[in-house]
Amino acid sequence: MAFKQVSSPHAHAAQNTSQVMKLVLLATIPGLAALTWQFGWGSFINVVLASVTAVVCEAAIVKMRGRSISFYLGDYSAVVTAVLLGLALPPLAPWWVVVVGTVFSIVVAKQLYGGLGYNPFNPAMVGYVVLLISFPIQMTTWVAPLALLPAGTAHPGLIESLQIVFAGYSPADGVTGATPLDVFKHSSGLLVDQVYDREPLFNQAMFAGAGWEWVNLGFLLGGMVLLTQRIFTWHGPVGMLGALALMSIIFWDSGSSSSPGSPLMHLFSGASMMGAFFILTDPVSSAVSNRGRLIFGALIGVLVYVIRAWGNYPDAVAFAVLLANFAAPFIDNYTLPRTYGHTDRRRATEKEEG
Amino acid sequence: MSRTWVTPGGVHPPENKHQSVTQPIGQLPIPEKLIIPLSQHIGAPATPCVEIGQQVLKGQVIAEATGMVSIPMHAPSSGTISAIEHRPIAHASGMLAPCIEITTDGADTWIEHQGISDYEHISPRKLIEMVGNAGISGMGGAGFPSAVKLNPGRQRPIDTLIVNATECEPYITADDSAIRERAGEIVEGIKILSAILDHPHHIMIGIEDNKPEAIEALAPHVEGTGISVVVFPTKYPSGGEKQLIYILTGKELPAGKLPADEGMVCINIGTTYAIKRAIIDGEPLISRVTTVTGDAVGIQRNYDTLIGTPVSHLLSHNQFDEQAGGRVVMGGPMMGFTLPSADVPIVKTTNCILAPSYSEIPDDEPAQPCIRCGMCAEACPVSLLPQQLFWYAQAQEHDRLEAHNLFDCIECGACSYVCPSNIPLVQYYRAAKGEIRQAREEKVKSDHARERFEFHKERIEQAEREKEAKRVARREATQQAKADHLAATANGATNAPATAAPSGAVPSSSAADIIAAAQARAAAKQASPEDQRAKLERTIASAEQRLKVAEEKLAEAINSDTGKQDKLSAAVENTRQKLEQSKSKLAELTE
Repeated sequence: MAFKQVSSPHAHAAQNTSQVMKLVLLATIPGLAALTWQFGWGSFINVVLASVTAVVCEAAIVKMRGRSISFYLGDYSAVVTAVLLGLALPPLAPWWVVVVGTVFSIVVAKQLYGGLGYNPFNPAMVGYVVLLISFPIQMTTWVAPLALLPAGTAHPGLIESLQIVFAGYSPADGVTGATPLDVFKHSSGLLVDQVYDREPLFNQAMFAGAGWEWVNLGFLLGGMVLLTQRIFTWHGPVGMLGALALMSIIFWDSGSSSSPGSPLMHLFSGASMMGAFFILTDPVSSAVSNRGRLIFGALIGVLVYVIRAWGNYPDAVAFAVLLANFAAPFIDNYTLPRTYGHTDRRRATEKEEG
Repeated sequence: MSRTWVTPGGVHPPENKHQSVTQPIGQLPIPEKLIIPLSQHIGAPATPCVEIGQQVLKGQVIAEATGMVSIPMHAPSSGTISAIEHRPIAHASGMLAPCIEITTDGADTWIEHQGISDYEHISPRKLIEMVGNAGISGMGGAGFPSAVKLNPGRQRPIDTLIVNATECEPYITADDSAIRERAGEIVEGIKILSAILDHPHHIMIGIEDNKPEAIEALAPHVEGTGISVVVFPTKYPSGGEKQLIYILTGKELPAGKLPADEGMVCINIGTTYAIKRAIIDGEPLISRVTTVTGDAVGIQRNYDTLIGTPVSHLLSHNQFDEQAGGRVVMGGPMMGFTLPSADVPIVKTTNCILAPSYSEIPDDEPAQPCIRCGMCAEACPVSLLPQQLFWYAQAQEHDRLEAHNLFDCIECGACSYVCPSNIPLVQYYRAAKGEIRQAREEKVKSDHARERFEFHKERIEQAEREKEAKRVARREATQQAKADHLAATANGATNAPATAAPSGAVPSSSAADIIAAAQARAAAKQASPEDQRAKLERTIASAEQRLKVAEEKLAEAINSDTGKQDKLSAAVENTRQKLEQSKSKLAELTE
């Protein structure tokens, strides 16, 4: 009798990387649903278009590299990148914006670096930043939330949305509008309370910004699901949201005309929740240890606030994440966990003595 | 109830322990052949003390301990020694190792043996000797000779005795069933250990809460003995020595230290039973409880198995279906290793033979890329970063691996277990550890060679410097003498006042000096060529003699390998050089 020789351990937990990715996809549903409810079919079309583009790009590159297409597409990582990019892009953006962004994300930011696991930067955010710098008009034209549509109108239906995206039809008047962070950025000279009184984006809102608060709640819900499923630990999200909240409390300035906005608005506007639970939790490009991820998250939180409050762009998650990606190896060097039986933490670049 | 501490990380694989505890510990028919490997423990292998064809009785010593860290082997049953040769053994490498084969006679006749009941009145030294003579090594894991462990020395007094009944690996129930049926004897064994270790303050039996029957069985026996049964939540790997020490005491064993350095002894509960049998009954370690389990065997239960029983014997008596599964594991599904074939024997550390079906443990799926998700780091019981270790192991970055404490990895397999990308992480770490060890050894060797070379060079240079210094000194002395002589002559001729200044400082006399010195040298040379030649010839003769002696010594040293070769060959070389120098001088002189 001769038996198979296999190294230990022989038992394996049931979960695999494809399932992890699928779970992440499922967890984006509340956010996508909120986006669709509040802003129409645009985000849905973005997500589908980006996913198709990503799968085609990934397959093409994997084929060029002479690897098994089914094996590498089977990990769903390309779809995750595409879905996150699609969710981040403005609804009803022209189709070529979505395609260009996705191609850049998958081909340049991911595959040219070696594919899944090897990319130093978050691919979705690389795609997003490329678009934001290249096509600022298309990237800053947002659809107005449900509550702000002129009386008697609605968001364009699915067919009409497709025509806007693919055939360049113009949406009806009043369908597009600014975001809460935009409004705040451009209303200097007013007290926070005055902004809240005058702007329908705020006076129609529950606590943060009309429409946006729902989207952020959706991503928060999805993020909590992933957290309870132990797809990631709390360190990154708590680090970012904590730092963002802390910064907005410190610089709240009791709502003066120079205040960059309330903590609630910062936490529940723009890409805060999506960034905290779906973007900076990308394990490949983040710091590796728990302590490292806490610092990594906090760095992003601070950067997000700094860029929002004093930078040129109204939202800042993409830039903040990419900057923190740069810093991740540096953070890793100083945040090794203390190993059992050792009194000190070590440094990653430390050399053995002697 | 004692307080317990919680280790970081850990996993909860399906326990699969219920299958093998439905029946009591069984007994198998005596196998026709028993194969006893001479090395079933850490340390030097035992030396056979029997010959082929010799009759042996059950319990008779068939191989003796070799040195301090070693144990003897005993015949597990009566019969005839039929072979002493290399056989496949249960080792992850599938290597062959020296074994003694006994063809059993079925009579199972014991050799005369006698235990002692009043061990309290026997000196610990004598008890430790008895434990050593009974061939007892740790039965939980690595197989460290127990007598060595129980003798930490006077400078390391033992304060805490920890008995490891954790049995955290899935499937294995050998300790569980042994406790259920032999709790009394086990506690007796612990009392003996306590006597040997001069009654430590704390005696704890650490056991996971998934063994309620065993805990209950221990309760009446430990009552009033001072031994506490400490129950803690089930989690893999709680049974690792370092983990158990932390769980029970809240102390971490410092890296590179042994439990005895911290006043602790940690011993497997199966070993305590063997110690009881050795001391009270006088029986050496010739059998152990082994779990036979997995869906590829029809009967899943524990057996009191003779050491040396071929695995095939266990499998065939338990309706093993070879088609049902692809691998047979010695040990559990987390740290056990696959057997190359069923011919290998059960040894003193074999707690389980696991024959899983394909549906239980399917073939491994191909590994996907590492995405540094960090689930491995969450599972690691010693707080390493397995994902980083993996990347550095792939890149063979040894410095980084050591900075990330690779050598603190206990290879428990928790990281590979949770890895969603199916990466065989532990395998990478084992390979990396091997590479680093090899690199260290090579570094020591090359350092040694470099030091030797540098020393050699330095010595030659030193000799050269000394010669040069002598030459200079001689020249100066000659010049001085000449100058003095000249000065004296000049003084006598001109009656000028004597000057203490060196000859070179007085221009008027310098030319005369040089000429005079040259003349003196030439005269000296011409004066005694014969003398010089004779002197050189004498030097050569004696140098040749010395060279011959040195060469003889060197040859002798090489043959007997005494380690002095380097020194002697240097000496030979030295003598040879001197000889060459003298010869060339002689040749110069003859011209």
